[in-house]
Amino acid sequence: MTSSLATVSYIAATILFILSLGGLANPETARRGNLFGIIGMTLAVLATVLGPRVTPAGYAWIIGALVVGGAVGLVAAKKVQMTQMPELVALMHSLVGLAACLVGFASYVDTSTVFPTAAEKSIHEIEIYIGILIGAVTFSGSVIAFGKLSGKIGGKPLLLPARHWLNLAGLLLVIYFGRVFLHSESIGAGMAALLVMTVIALLFGVHMVMAIGGADMPVVVSMLNSYSGWAAAATGFMLSNDLLIVVGALVGSSGAILSYIMCRAMNRNFISVIAGGFGTGGGAPAAAAGGAQPAGEVSPILAAETAELLREAKNVVIVPGYGMAVAQAQHTVFEITKLLRDKGVNVRFGIHPVAGRMPGHMNVLLAEAKVPYDIVLEMDEINEDFPDTDVSMVIGANDIVNPAAQDDPTSPIAGMPVLEVWKAKTSIVMKRSMASGYAGVDNPLFYKENNRMLFGDAKKMLDEVLAALRA
Amino acid sequence: MRIGVPKETADGEKRVATVPEVVQKLVKLGFTVGVQSGAGDAANFADDTYVAAGAEVLPGAAEVWAGSDIVFKVRPPSPDEVGRLREGATLIGFIWPAQNPELMEQLAARKVTVLAIDSLPRQLSRAQKMDALTSMAGISGYRAVIEAANAFGRFFNGQITAAGKVPPAKVFVAGAGVAGLAAIGTAANLGAIVRANDTRAEVADQVKSLGGEFVKVDYEEEGGGGGGYAKVMSEGFQAAQREMYAKQAQDADIIITTALIPGKPAPKLITAEMVRSMKPGSVIVDMAGEQGGNCELTEPGQAVVKHGVTIIGYTDLVSRLAKQSSTLYSNNLLRLAEELCKTKDGVIDVNMDDDAIRGLTVIKEGSVTWPPPPIKMPAAPPKPAAAAAVPAAKKGHGHGAGEPMSAKSLATVFGLGAIAFAVVGLYAPASFLSHFTVFVLACFVGYMVVWNVTPALHTPLMSVTNAISSIIAIGALVQVAPPLDAAGAANRPNALILGLAVLALTLTAVNMFGGFAVTRRMLAMFRK
Repeated sequence: MTSSLATVSYIAATILFILSLGGLANPETARRGNLFGIIGMTLAVLATVLGPRVTPAGYAWIIGALVVGGAVGLVAAKKVQMTQMPELVALMHSLVGLAACLVGFASYVDTSTVFPTAAEKSIHEIEIYIGILIGAVTFSGSVIAFGKLSGKIGGKPLLLPARHWLNLAGLLLVIYFGRVFLHSESIGAGMAALLVMTVIALLFGVHMVMAIGGADMPVVVSMLNSYSGWAAAATGFMLSNDLLIVVGALVGSSGAILSYIMCRAMNRNFISVIAGGFGTGGGAPAAAAGGAQPAGEVSPILAAETAELLREAKNVVIVPGYGMAVAQAQHTVFEITKLLRDKGVNVRFGIHPVAGRMPGHMNVLLAEAKVPYDIVLEMDEINEDFPDTDVSMVIGANDIVNPAAQDDPTSPIAGMPVLEVWKAKTSIVMKRSMASGYAGVDNPLFYKENNRMLFGDAKKMLDEVLAALRA
Repeated sequence: MRIGVPKETADGEKRVATVPEVVQKLVKLGFTVGVQSGAGDAANFADDTYVAAGAEVLPGAAEVWAGSDIVFKVRPPSPDEVGRLREGATLIGFIWPAQNPELMEQLAARKVTVLAIDSLPRQLSRAQKMDALTSMAGISGYRAVIEAANAFGRFFNGQITAAGKVPPAKVFVAGAGVAGLAAIGTAANLGAIVRANDTRAEVADQVKSLGGEFVKVDYEEEGGGGGGYAKVMSEGFQAAQREMYAKQAQDADIIITTALIPGKPAPKLITAEMVRSMKPGSVIVDMAGEQGGNCELTEPGQAVVKHGVTIIGYTDLVSRLAKQSSTLYSNNLLRLAEELCKTKDGVIDVNMDDDAIRGLTVIKEGSVTWPPPPIKMPAAPPKPAAAAAVPAAKKGHGHGAGEPMSAKSLATVFGLGAIAFAVVGLYAPASFLSHFTVFVLACFVGYMVVWNVTPALHTPLMSVTNAISSIIAIGALVQVAPPLDAAGAANRPNALILGLAVLALTLTAVNMFGGFAVTRRMLAMFRK
């Protein structure tokens, strides 16, 4: 394959990737979008392998690596449970980050690249440096995110004293070693600086994600996604490969936009997210506002009574949260939905943009349970309908239905848009206990007069409700 | 403070202002409760149950009135009862200050405080728990259907039996306020075909939600008179309305009328002519009997048969369900007591700064405070807050571009961008710039493409972008075995680079195959 043919293939692959992302914007075209992505990737890999930059000597290695890696990936994708999807995605990000580091190192030790001018050599080295930096941050950050999402590391934000100064010191060190690296005489000396920087970057990645509370994980996952794109783009600059640059930039900017969209949904400052160390407003103010804790009686309810309420309702809105994912209750939820819909009850779902541990987490779970997506509505679509709703059922969600976000300007989550479940005639909250949500804020909803609490494991309770409905 | 509950003295009134269950809760709030012996008899609450709930049962009305700081009543007090009120006491119950100016004068002369439960500002959403008008109207709507069923000679629901086919009864409800809606729901649940009409077009959905069919008047005019009440309509509308009613009268088996306009006699919707056109055996329940009736032939308080049609004009529908209505009414009063006594120490505070309490208070320590000033926030209070939150959320939701940036911040962004580009243009070599062009354009494409994604697809999108980010494999591929000239190959640490590249390739392959497979799996589940 000639160089021109390879370039043309790259252009085709780029277009396919853009179509792929565009297709994912709509459920109707999403599957086609994924197919475009697969074709684009195949085309890009084939064009590279058959192109002028790879000699037949490497074919065996390439095929071997693709087969081994591909098999592992396919098995993981098949085995993973839908509720563990966020962990898997985080873990995969870490692989991209690690690969970017490795490619960067390999590129640095490669002496065969010749540069006509000193400036170009410097730029090449800066690109290596930045590529490894982003790759390392992505890698360690994603590993920590994986740990947090899978519960291997606690969800509480770890806040080191003077952490912003630590980050700043890290940044200065990285710049300093960047200078050392650029002015190094030999590969050995440069390598030392590069390794020190890599360690700092790894620590920075760990520190950044450790400082983020579990509730804000969706944004982090999306952000790391964006970082892995930037890492690919930096690698593209390093290797003078336009395809890598384009696709890296696509992934990077789309990830950044997605994070931005989510930040807006949670009323968080985008800058403070990129800089890391957010989700920290929860602890201290909540404790300080101890005097303003909502008070009143909580009215518990039994599964049988819940079934009674549901059966007599005309309009029901179900608001799922992370608790539903943990309890794997989505199938029972669907059974209940089906039963009620058959009886003529208008059942719909209200999804908060940041419900769960990943953007769109709830939609994926409900889709897995075969809930038709036209009854799954977004917050803005459903919020107006709550006053006409007879029963709103909150399954394992807390902060996203907290009226304090609207009523109490001192609340740490003040201003965050929430689902107004309390406007329904009756709201039922399913929870294991009275514990507060990830933001660490008490929820006045529980004390509202038209609210009932159904305590217990979501799956078990919903099974009981389903049994009572069938009886 | 001591709450007194006298026996109701009005004719045919069976309700009682407080039931034993509520007595318990009032005691918890710190009050003591004195109930007149026999007060709850008509509503099936015996004296013993009051005693068991912690109340003191007093033999006569005189003791109750004389010994109470607060009196809970249902009906407006008679002149006799007003005379028994202690100076400085508080009276809570239905007063209807607009209709009873003399009563207001008498009460003011006694130097008491009066809270008229009928003057509650119903538009306040937090006042709903105290809204006795609504709870009573719901009961009367239910009872109206029961009375109609009683007088009606057929089933409500259609049946096909061995003994023949029974057509369903056709019920027409005029006025879809709380009472009307309760009637619609009850009749529909009994199996009847229910039609309803109201001058306020916005209630059509509520009618439908209860299983009724909304019948429109063929004339364009909006009938909302503020505060959720109806207003008097124009002549043209009334003519069109009469025509519609005439048609319904011929078709319906049962007509239930609930049309009331505040402070005005009830509109005459059903003429004698229409009654004559109805099928023999039909029933009219006129719930507006107390205000003169919606039907010309109604005799308030009576059930009469005219032209073969039973016309029920009972004014005591609520009282006919005394146990239920007493329970709901006393719960409304309990909620009011909670509002008045936030400290839970049995002392009430009539806080005139509270909109709900201000509206309820018609006489404060002997001076008439009715009518109250209009409430400043006309809509339900949470609305503005929600509206303010929505635009911000909209933007974040990724539907369209959201609001445009302000000119100032736009200028700042462009300024910074210009400086950044200038720096790059001054110092970077040409080979870098071509890549840089591609990079910047790709960033923009990514931004444009993703901005419109629906939140439902965030996870698959992320998963697919993750899979696409394994494009980094290309970087590894070109390092595995590049074509080398002799000079380049000389010092190149081939084994090390190969090792790193193959490892990187394996890792990305995991991501590449896994990422696309997972996305595929997820998307396969999205279905309509």
